[in-house]
Amino acid sequence: MVMEMRSPDTASAAPVLYEKRKAVFPKAVDGRFRRFKWLVLALTLGVYYITPWLRWDRGPYAPNQAVLVDLAHRRFYMFGIEIWPQEFYFVAGLLIMAGIGLFVITSAVGRAWCGYSCPQTVWTDLFQHVDRLVDGDRNAQQRLQDAPWGSAKVARRAMKWTIYLVISFWTGGAWIMYFADAPTLTVDFWTGQAAPVAYATVAVLTATTFVFGGFMREQVCIYMCPWPRIQTAMLDEKSLIVTYKDWRGEPRGSVKKQEKNPGGVGDCIDCNQCVNVCPTGYDIRNGPDVACITCALCIDACDSVMAQIGRPRGLIDYATLEDCKIESEGGQPRPISKALFHTRTLVYVGVWSAIGFALLFALGARERIDISVQKDRNPPFTIEPDGAVRNDYTVKLLNMEGRPRPMRIALEGLPGGLMWTDDISQEKAAPVLDVTAAPDQVEPVRVYVIAPANAREQQIRFVLTATDKEGGGDVSETRFDAPEANTMGGSQ
Amino acid sequence: MANRHIDEPTGVETVGHEWDGIEELNNPLPRWWVVTFWITVVFSLAYMVVYPAIPMLGKGTEGLWGWSSRGQLTAEMAAAQAARKPVLDKIAATPIEQIAADKDLLAKARAGGMAAFKQNCALCHGSGGKGMVGYPNLADRDWLWGGSVTDIEFSITHGIRSPGADATRTSLMPSFGKDGILQDGQIADTSAYVLSLSGKAPSDAAAQRGAAVFAANCAACHGADGKGLRAFGAPNLADQVWLYGGTKDQVAASIARARAGVMPAWAGKLDPVTIKMLAVYVHSLGGGEQFAAAPAAAAAAPANGNGNAKP
Repeated sequence: MVMEMRSPDTASAAPVLYEKRKAVFPKAVDGRFRRFKWLVLALTLGVYYITPWLRWDRGPYAPNQAVLVDLAHRRFYMFGIEIWPQEFYFVAGLLIMAGIGLFVITSAVGRAWCGYSCPQTVWTDLFQHVDRLVDGDRNAQQRLQDAPWGSAKVARRAMKWTIYLVISFWTGGAWIMYFADAPTLTVDFWTGQAAPVAYATVAVLTATTFVFGGFMREQVCIYMCPWPRIQTAMLDEKSLIVTYKDWRGEPRGSVKKQEKNPGGVGDCIDCNQCVNVCPTGYDIRNGPDVACITCALCIDACDSVMAQIGRPRGLIDYATLEDCKIESEGGQPRPISKALFHTRTLVYVGVWSAIGFALLFALGARERIDISVQKDRNPPFTIEPDGAVRNDYTVKLLNMEGRPRPMRIALEGLPGGLMWTDDISQEKAAPVLDVTAAPDQVEPVRVYVIAPANAREQQIRFVLTATDKEGGGDVSETRFDAPEANTMGGSQ
Repeated sequence: MANRHIDEPTGVETVGHEWDGIEELNNPLPRWWVVTFWITVVFSLAYMVVYPAIPMLGKGTEGLWGWSSRGQLTAEMAAAQAARKPVLDKIAATPIEQIAADKDLLAKARAGGMAAFKQNCALCHGSGGKGMVGYPNLADRDWLWGGSVTDIEFSITHGIRSPGADATRTSLMPSFGKDGILQDGQIADTSAYVLSLSGKAPSDAAAQRGAAVFAANCAACHGADGKGLRAFGAPNLADQVWLYGGTKDQVAASIARARAGVMPAWAGKLDPVTIKMLAVYVHSLGGGEQFAAAPAAAAAAPANGNGNAKP
């Protein structure tokens, strides 16, 4: 890989490591990759802005927002899936899948994430369209930049930054909708009744979007983001990247030169269109670089120039370095599928889907009810007047479903054991209790367990079974305490 | 200023002094540092004026704002009290028998009662209400003076044999041995009989002899069947709960030297709402009696309140 070292001249006494940003005014371009970029832009922004407004009926006990991160009640809803805090490993799994997903994409199609769907890329792209809308295309933008500040420039800038600000505000505003009921929050937000954190979040995200998308742009990718650095380590000669085929293009020369000296110059006419359209202002002809986010707009630009001068397309193209080498030696490049599905990609896909299937399986098999028993340790037991031994427990019934469910708690492992609760009186004490678990919550129930006078200290089990047709159950083991030498009576 | 001297290697002006060829560079403190320093000086002076700061002979200066840590504590305690007030008022306004009907209020009364219990009652009754020898277990279903929530509230309010409390629950068992009412042999026989009531000892000849002594001396309070009488706080002798121990020696000791446990009347020490919450808490420990389930206790309670205080 040709990594350009921007090291300063070591001979100079005071090394200057700072390089002032050179403003980038990418030119509008059309082509297949540009159209694909439009599609991804529309899709990602659409998903981002619309998702919180989708509704999903979950019955009367749960919110009806399709995707909702309910921090206040510690629930995460995603369409038909509801995740409790203790099931957060699903989210962790999703994050791991997202991480490995990036590996898969990088391994198969290089920096496609950077080039098409990274939020920084999408919003920068959006803001650059705003630039073109307000200021005109590349040349007009450059002229305005160089022009002295006057009323016309102030008006243009004010308008552009206002549009930036509106987009940024909308971006920040959409984010908070994921954390509360969107319609309610919208009303609350505009009537000043939303939580302070909502306003703070919108303010912070508005500011970051405004600054990152409007002004910092490619500098985020080149200097701030760790991902390009990691990617340089992940890319190899088998990775698909945007490549300038120098053996075909060099030496550069105009069409006239070519006419004068056929075969003396390459296909590149040095028209600089590839640089002009680049959103990071990089010259791809210098070879691969972190500055190239592989958005492929230079391919579109070069292809259209090649079409105009009647030369074959693909002077700049998606290719692997390996294929470039084969091609430059006159060989036939391998089909693109070979590049997409090489071993490393397949390994990543394998790992990725294994985690995915494991999560799906866990999701399908997860238990929606749970019992956990906490024994009162003070006192460990109580001797009743008839000599019977009583232990008290706090039984926590967890019902994750959004509806009340009939449940049966059975006491096992304690001969002659009976139990009752605050609601079920002692006269009705039984080895089995029928209770209704309240929807979508943990319900603590105090359970009194009594055993005959000769009861021994032992392990017992509370067995929970859902008695509706859906069924399911859980077991919680605990101990039953009794006087040590449990003969008749006792000394106290 | 005339002999301004710039140090060659660093390009920094020196202060102009020289000691054996050693000179000092004039690098003044950064302006931001100096400004911050003066701001802190001004701040500390202002602080000393408005807050208590300077120790004097008797006490320190009080400061213009009149702040004190004690005053802050008082204000915070008052705020906490004010925050609790609505709940406490509601508990005060609700008859104690009806607190159980309101689940939320019940939970709050229990929580308040538990806090008060740990502070005032746990010393004798144990932090879980288990009691110890001589101090009744409050978690079981055995009650000397009644286990309904009103009985418990009455017991806490007026105490048990509490000196100086008019309405306190009082009873007095004679010290049959110490006062010479019974001979040692009779006491041994009676002990054997008492233990046979709950099946802890065989119904042998000694127990048969003890039965007669029991009928003559004990049955008046403990009942002919030994099942006790709550009106007198006379414990049930036929069950498995023994406040002062259930071995033959311990029972004989209780007959020879009567027991008369004392609990202070809490009426003057705790406010009525706290006592109410305590009663609710104790009642909820697992042995509380319903009114319907124990009509005898309910009937006995007012009787106790109305001058059954005489032994």
